[in-house]
Amino acid sequence: MSWNREQMCLRASQELNDGDYVNLGIGMPTLVANHIEKSLDITLQSENGMLGMGPFPFKGEEDSDLINAGKQTITSLPNTSYFSSAESFAMIRGGHIDLSILGALQVSKNGDLANWMIPGKMVKGMGGAMDLVAGVKKVIVLMEHNSKDGSSKIVENCSLPLTGKGVVNKIITNLGVFEVNNGITLIELADNVTKEDILEKTDTDVKFSS
Amino acid sequence: MNKRKHKKIFSSADNALEDILFNGMTIMSGGFGLCGLPENLIIALKKSGVSNLKVISNNAGTEGHGLGLLLETGQIKKAISSYVGENKLFEKQYLSGEIELEFNPQGTLAERIRAGGAGIPAFFTATGVGTVVSKNKEIRTFNDKDYIMETGLVADLAIIKAWKGDEAGNLIYRKTARNFNPVMATAGKVTVVEVEEIVQAGELDPDHIHTPGIYINRIIKGDGYSRSIENLTVREK
Repeated sequence: MSWNREQMCLRASQELNDGDYVNLGIGMPTLVANHIEKSLDITLQSENGMLGMGPFPFKGEEDSDLINAGKQTITSLPNTSYFSSAESFAMIRGGHIDLSILGALQVSKNGDLANWMIPGKMVKGMGGAMDLVAGVKKVIVLMEHNSKDGSSKIVENCSLPLTGKGVVNKIITNLGVFEVNNGITLIELADNVTKEDILEKTDTDVKFSS
Repeated sequence: MNKRKHKKIFSSADNALEDILFNGMTIMSGGFGLCGLPENLIIALKKSGVSNLKVISNNAGTEGHGLGLLLETGQIKKAISSYVGENKLFEKQYLSGEIELEFNPQGTLAERIRAGGAGIPAFFTATGVGTVVSKNKEIRTFNDKDYIMETGLVADLAIIKAWKGDEAGNLIYRKTARNFNPVMATAGKVTVVEVEEIVQAGELDPDHIHTPGIYINRIIKGDGYSRSIENLTVREK
C-alpha cells in the first residue's frame, strides 16, 4: 500500500503557507491546486505572465487569450495581474516566489534535479523549469518513488542531464515525504508503508528522523 | 525607418513586410504556445518565401499554426526556443538535421531579449548553473554564488501581436496574450505589430499603455484570428 495520486497531491498541498506565492509545474503538480485549504490565501503564478490564476472556465466560457503555462484554459480572479515574460521571470529569478512544486525524473541525495531530458529521446526543451529551480525560495518535488521499470527515482547521483544543482528542498512520493539536507531524511511514511519498504525501493542512503 | 506617427499604419501584412525581408535574417516572433501569435505576419512571411531564417520564439508552433506554417515550407534554418514539445514536424526536421535548435531556459530567453532591447550586451544569471546550459559560458562568483554569463539578443525584425494600438504605435495587450510580445517589441531593428483594433491617438489611456510607440515601426490591423486553444480544459456548471 502507498498513497495514490490524489493523496500525494493532498499531502503536497499541506506544504503551502498562508500568504504564499506559488508556482505549480505541469502534470501532477497542477492538481495540487484542487486541494488547497479554502481558508489559506494562496496566489498561484503562471510563468507565461499571470499572478492570481483561477480555476478552469465553465464550458463555453473559455478564452484563447487566457491560458496557463501548460497551455490549459483558465480563469482570472479579483486579485489577478498580467505581465510580460520578462517581468514574470524577474519575479521568479529575483526570489519573489515562495514555493515551486515540480515533477521529476530523478533527484539525487544532494538535491540535484533532473526533469527535462532523456538522452536518445526527442528533447522538448526545459521551458521555465531551470529558472524556477534556480530562483524560487523553496522547491518541492512531487513524483512517483519508482519509475515504471521499478528503478528508484531518488538516487546517489543523477544519470540524466540536470535541471539544477542542489536545488531540491523536499520530495513527496507515493511512499512518503523526504527532506533533502545533507542527504535524504524520511520525515513521514505514507499509509501502510514501512521503513523497510523505503530502504528496499530507494537507491541511496535514507536517514530516519525518528 | 520612419518612426513618425501617421506613417506607421500599413494596409496589409504583406505590405508591411515586403521591403524588409531578406534570406538568412533573424526574426523574433511573439507568443506563448498559440496565445498572442502574430498570425497575419507569419502568413505573410510564408507567402514571401523568405528562407534560411533564424527564428527566436518561445515555442515553434504546432502543425498548421504559428511557426508551424514556416516549418512546412522549410523556411526556418535555426530556432532559439525554450520548449518545442508539441510539434511533430519540428521533431522530424530536427532529427534529420534540416533544422538547428538552441534551447534557452525560458527566463534566460526573456531576459536576453529584454537586455538586447535595452542595449545591455550581457548579464549574469544563476539559471542553468551546473547544467548543459552553462557549457562554454563564462562563470563568475558573486557573494559566494555562481552565475553564468548570458548575452543579449537582438533581431533584424520582430513580429508581434497586440490587442489594441493607436497610430503612434502605442500598444495594449490582452490577458496572457502579452507574454513575449512587449519584450520582443524592444529588440527588433524593425518591429512590426499586428493588432485586433487600430484606434485614434488619444483613445488609449496613456497610463494603461504597455508598449510605448517608440518601439514600433509599422502597425497593421490583423484579421481572421483563429482563437486556437492547445489544451481545452473546462469545468461543469
